[in-house]
Amino acid sequence: MSLHEKSIAELAAGLRAKAFSSVELTRHYLRRIAAHDATLNSFITVTEEQALEQAAAADARIQAGDAGPLSGIPLAQKDIFCTNGVRTSCGSKMLDRFIAPYDATVIERFKAAGAVMLGKTNMDEFAMGSSNETSFYGPVRNPWNTELVPGGSSGGSAAAAAARLCAAATGTDTGGSIRQPAALCNLTGLKPTYGRISRYGMIAFASSLDQAGPITRSAEDAATLLQVMAGFDPRDSTSAEEPVPDYLAALGDDLKGLKIGLPKEYFGEGLDPAVAKAIEAAIEEYKRLGAEVVEISLPNNGLAVPAYYVVAPAECSSNLARFDGVRFGHRCADPKDLEDLYKRSRGEGFGDEVKRRILVGAYALSAGYYDAYYLKAQQVRHLIADDFNRAFEKVDVIMGPASPTTAFKLGEKTDDPVQMYLSDIYTIAVNLAGLPGMSIPVEPVDGRPVGLQIIGNYFDEARLLNVAHRFQQATEWHRQGPAGY
Amino acid sequence: MQWETVIGLEIHTQLATKSKIFSGASTEFGKAPNTQACAVDLGLPGVLPVLNREAVAMAVKFGTAIQAALGRRSVFARKNYFYPDLPKGYQISQYELPIVGLGQVEIVLDDGTVKTIGVTRAHLEEDAGKSLHEDYHGMTGIDLNRAGTPLLEIVSEPDMRSAKDAVAYAKKIHQIVRYLGISDGNMQEGSFRMDANISVRPQGQEKFGTRAELKNLNSFRFLEKAIHFEVERQIDRIESGGEVVQETRLYDAHKDETRSMRTKEEANDYRYFPDPDLLPVEIDDAFIADATADMPELPDAKRHRFVEQYGLSELDAAQLTASRALAGYFETAADKAGEPKLAANWVTGDLAGALNKDGLEITESPISADQLGGLILRIKDNTISGKIAKQVFEAIWNGEGDADQVIEAKGLKQITDTGAIEKIVDEVIADNPEQVENYRNAEEKKKGKMLGFFVGQIMKASKGKANPQQVNELLKQKLG
Repeated sequence: MSLHEKSIAELAAGLRAKAFSSVELTRHYLRRIAAHDATLNSFITVTEEQALEQAAAADARIQAGDAGPLSGIPLAQKDIFCTNGVRTSCGSKMLDRFIAPYDATVIERFKAAGAVMLGKTNMDEFAMGSSNETSFYGPVRNPWNTELVPGGSSGGSAAAAAARLCAAATGTDTGGSIRQPAALCNLTGLKPTYGRISRYGMIAFASSLDQAGPITRSAEDAATLLQVMAGFDPRDSTSAEEPVPDYLAALGDDLKGLKIGLPKEYFGEGLDPAVAKAIEAAIEEYKRLGAEVVEISLPNNGLAVPAYYVVAPAECSSNLARFDGVRFGHRCADPKDLEDLYKRSRGEGFGDEVKRRILVGAYALSAGYYDAYYLKAQQVRHLIADDFNRAFEKVDVIMGPASPTTAFKLGEKTDDPVQMYLSDIYTIAVNLAGLPGMSIPVEPVDGRPVGLQIIGNYFDEARLLNVAHRFQQATEWHRQGPAGY
Repeated sequence: MQWETVIGLEIHTQLATKSKIFSGASTEFGKAPNTQACAVDLGLPGVLPVLNREAVAMAVKFGTAIQAALGRRSVFARKNYFYPDLPKGYQISQYELPIVGLGQVEIVLDDGTVKTIGVTRAHLEEDAGKSLHEDYHGMTGIDLNRAGTPLLEIVSEPDMRSAKDAVAYAKKIHQIVRYLGISDGNMQEGSFRMDANISVRPQGQEKFGTRAELKNLNSFRFLEKAIHFEVERQIDRIESGGEVVQETRLYDAHKDETRSMRTKEEANDYRYFPDPDLLPVEIDDAFIADATADMPELPDAKRHRFVEQYGLSELDAAQLTASRALAGYFETAADKAGEPKLAANWVTGDLAGALNKDGLEITESPISADQLGGLILRIKDNTISGKIAKQVFEAIWNGEGDADQVIEAKGLKQITDTGAIEKIVDEVIADNPEQVENYRNAEEKKKGKMLGFFVGQIMKASKGKANPQQVNELLKQKLG
């Protein structure tokens, strides 16, 4: 088996056994990036020199018997995480020349665990998009079919992981930005409970919804990454002081008696029948593994997308105010006064989708509209969370599609924002409620990957990973990779 | 027509925490620009605020001091606007749910009347940086050292009816925050900044007039002058047929006038919403008990006690409780001498005058409270006269030792030996036969004044040391 086919556990074992070194492994991945990424465009920045230094340091630690859980494992980081001394663009012209002066907590934790960073992955501008087409650095192509989008906003991470250009990658998920690209690229994507992973150093899109998580080739790899990423951070007041369980330890539990809820709202109009069939087949597999299936209802799910498109833009309109051309980021040439500096720096630095959301958000927060929009949307959030809470009184996990369709063509939805927004119709409610959600590969449709979404109760990531892992033990879908990589 | 002025104040007081309200950077004043601003204060991409517990404790202290209802659950909100010295494009403040609710303070006016002023609320927020317009040749320099410094914004009810009320209230708040040790109250450094909402209405009318907000009043004197100017302006305007517009006005101390900054229509829509980066602040009984465990005696309580315990007037008591240091000084001196009224006179009179002349604070007084008490003790026990005491005071001020040392060294001890005084009296009478003659022939009611001549001569001869009472008695006896 070539190096890039190995799981993280296999790579770690190989490194410890000195079957290969981290420098060799890192070079291998760097060669693959050089060979394939001109087509895929999954990386914004490849940090070759640093990666090799980190790999050499990891080899030394392994040699000294001081290996961390991810020592020498080459990962790709979404370009939304601040990385000390490395450009952190967030997919925007605004930050094209921004070299972060500090590491995000997630990056710090990976460094401490010994991981190697291959580079920073492409993404929708400021994580606003579902196809990776809003990036200032151009669209990312789906390695399964380069005419198709990889999903977004963590499209670069998904494409890189799917094409085996890294052992695993990180993403962030505000409305589906980990789960939807994982679904469209045949990967395992986990959005943990809000507060499970520190947001410090992760450039904010919508602060009450943003959450980082792993994008991997298996639930087992996801467990290994989450173990490193999760935990309280005193620098993030919204991070949870909740103990972090041993995620790998729970993977083997059997699923006898597991109660799966299927929300009828997730299988109605708008869902591609072929995708529905693939999801239903996966549910059948769960029944064979001993699970029981119950139909449930999430009656307020229809309100999720509209509520989200008030809350997320409102928060983004404020979060992105700091990009004003004064201290960092893009500044227009020869501003004639302060207003000109603001208008042109922001006008030139932000792309259309970002501007659209800032405008929508500023409007929703305006005097006279606040109660009708922002306050109402917050009330809807409570209703949605209540729906889930009621459901979890009866079931252990909720399952359904991660995305209503398989990957669509580049350019297909770029002129129709609402169609694009509907691509997250099954994932958004999970963010609004702050719950953990996963997407795992099931049987593809016409060679296009399909993702099964598994939603858990608060801080129930260990169960989600267990439920995903047992499916992956019984099936081969997650092992499939795109042809030619 | 008779007009009534209505004033409400908003006071921004900088809290004396060591680090900023949402970051670990130091709050020290006067450092080189941008050396005390960390990643959080600069509003770098990805940073998050973490609330300073000490700032919350200080707000709780203030709330307790003004007998306010504390917000057991308060919420930080973002106030959104663009300005170069506002790094994030929003200020983190409190909006709907402040930490301190309705409270009140008492003010003492010059005539001794006591008035209660309501405090609507007080909330925590972060300060912005500073824009430096000088020395940059058409450009603006930004100093973010101050960005993120904790402020307590204290908003009063519209309970004040004159500039004097407003100044007394502002001084009272200043006094409270300094008593509590939650702010240094330094006005030159901007630790205590006032805005005034002013309107006028015909006497007897219930409805408030349209108000103007005066910004940037950074001394009590300017506050008073600005209110006077603004009240006149509003009355003139109405009386000449115009009307007051709701607007923000800036007070120009150089020209002693206010001018329009922006009208209501031009005002920003701040798009307040709860800051999703910060959890609501929940304070429980234990936190309040902890925060208020070391509360000092507050100015009003102290003032009441001074009136009761020392028999002082309201005005003296108010004056002596202006600061904790002054009150402490007085009490030490009064207790040592056992003469509170005399001590009050010395502290508010000679001492205050001398300090004022040299521009010193009470804490910098060259005469310690103990020394002043010692001096008063010698007046009390007749060792020296009140007049000689002023001489001794000056010597102590100049570092010549304490009262007993000065009296000893300069031989200022009062002569109380009747024989010795008699000798001087006799000499003076013998040396001034003409005056003696005149005195004896004078009408009774003029004699008192004429006696002064002899007293003066005797005091001169005794270098002021003769006991004035004995001198008087002996003179009357001998002159008949």
